[in-house]
Amino acid sequence: MDHFPTNWGRPRNDAFDAYATYPIHQRPYNGPKDTFADGVQRTQQPIVTGTSVLAIKYKDGVMMAADNLASYGSLARFKDVQRLHQVGNYTVIGAGGDMSDFQYIQYILEELSIDEISAQDGHELGPIEIHEYMSQLMYARRSKMNPLWNSLLIGGFKDGKRFLSYVDLLGTTYSASTLATGYGAFIAQPLLRKAVEGREDVITEEEARKILEDSMRVLFYRDARSMNKFQIATISSAGVSISDSMQLETAWSFAENIRGYGAQTQ
Amino acid sequence: MFRNTYDSDNTVFSPQGRLHQVEYALEAVKQGSAAVGLRSKTHAILLALKRSTGELASYQQKMFRIDDHVGIAIAGLTSDARVLSNFMRQQAMGERMIFNRPMPVNRLVSSIADKAQVNTQEYGRRPYGVGFLVIGQDQTGPHLFEFSPSGNSYEYYAMSIGARSQSAKTYLEKHYESFADCNLEDLIRHGLHALRETLQQDKELNVNNTSVGIIGPMGQHEKPISPPGSFRILEGDKVEVYLQSMEKKEEAPAPVPAPASVPDAAPAPGSDEDVQMSG
Repeated sequence: MDHFPTNWGRPRNDAFDAYATYPIHQRPYNGPKDTFADGVQRTQQPIVTGTSVLAIKYKDGVMMAADNLASYGSLARFKDVQRLHQVGNYTVIGAGGDMSDFQYIQYILEELSIDEISAQDGHELGPIEIHEYMSQLMYARRSKMNPLWNSLLIGGFKDGKRFLSYVDLLGTTYSASTLATGYGAFIAQPLLRKAVEGREDVITEEEARKILEDSMRVLFYRDARSMNKFQIATISSAGVSISDSMQLETAWSFAENIRGYGAQTQ
Repeated sequence: MFRNTYDSDNTVFSPQGRLHQVEYALEAVKQGSAAVGLRSKTHAILLALKRSTGELASYQQKMFRIDDHVGIAIAGLTSDARVLSNFMRQQAMGERMIFNRPMPVNRLVSSIADKAQVNTQEYGRRPYGVGFLVIGQDQTGPHLFEFSPSGNSYEYYAMSIGARSQSAKTYLEKHYESFADCNLEDLIRHGLHALRETLQQDKELNVNNTSVGIIGPMGQHEKPISPPGSFRILEGDKVEVYLQSMEKKEEAPAPVPAPASVPDAAPAPGSDEDVQMSG
């Protein structure tokens, strides 16, 4: 899976449009033609997309980060989109991929939470239950050839236990002490692993925040679909808190020395 | 052979505001042999008296496993019980598949109570002729519920259903305050003492007619259970050790008990004031 959500679920083709420069509605298609394909058409590509979500386990729970950008192809279309969403009292779900599908997922989970709360019987949905539900939902939709075009990170803290797991548009799931979706899976994941693995029970909240900020900074430098405006969610025994949007210090003076593309004359 | 005018259709109220067919269904529960349920802080248990139709017949199964964390004991029509227990199994499996958690026991009981309620209201249906005691363990600890064909479900510290269950209830009401802190062995002993009260004279609890269902940590006479604490049914030789632990019943020079064929708390004949049909 590469960092362009548009390419998720497609065979790789580096021969053309390697940088996703085509306007979305003109994406070239060179695969076999299905004569009857026009009869029913399901989601074939995401439209408005979010990029990476990062998450790590630390001493007190789980911390997640995602920027506020929703892109329309390579256009930075919406700059105040929240991609970290609280579900119930113990869980945060972070989404990359199609933002309209993510809004639909938020709606489904809201309905689910209301049903759970109205039972009034002392049972609450925790991150484990919500992750299982999402994995079943995503797999059911892909099996109908109509996937929800997202990759999701689900983090939570309930009954003294941290939980962090992944699920994507195919229904694939896995867990680790550091997770990243989209371009972050290539760029940030190695950094997160180096900083976190084996130290999950040692890392303090401040340290965890610094690890995520450093990774978000690298992503902002490297990922053309990212933005220097992001939020951090912490989920611990104190509950869920999603920060206001924040910015990082960056330095671009090195850019002058880059040669090879752009408008330089020499 | 109508008892009175408002018998034939269970969706019709009698002038006294009663649904006779539903009340008859509750009588069907009282025809079944007794089942007793108790709960402590750590365990929930069921005890049931099995019947056989004769020397050559096996004993009728009284307890069913629904899921690792839920089991039931039944009194009434076994065939109706199988329909409901299959439904409960499906619900519990669905919850495990969709949410990866054991189904909350109260919701499981409510789901069959809702089914039973429909049968008391819709045209052309009949109520279920079976009552359940349901034990289970979920995120909020061990539980004991009663389900009845009227569509009611209640949670209890201890409860009994079935033939002569009032005698067991009397025992339970006398002792229930001590159940919370009982260990498994004492809880089972209390349960057997209560179940013993439902026996006909000159009958005894033995390894053939007694079933014990348990949820909670392994007891001192048990082998390890997988997964730990899950529902298990003890029958045959495995109940022997618990039967041995019972204290001998003091022989009260009590008056001759009511004959077996008269169910507890059955309304006396002619006690309701509905119009009697001739013939």
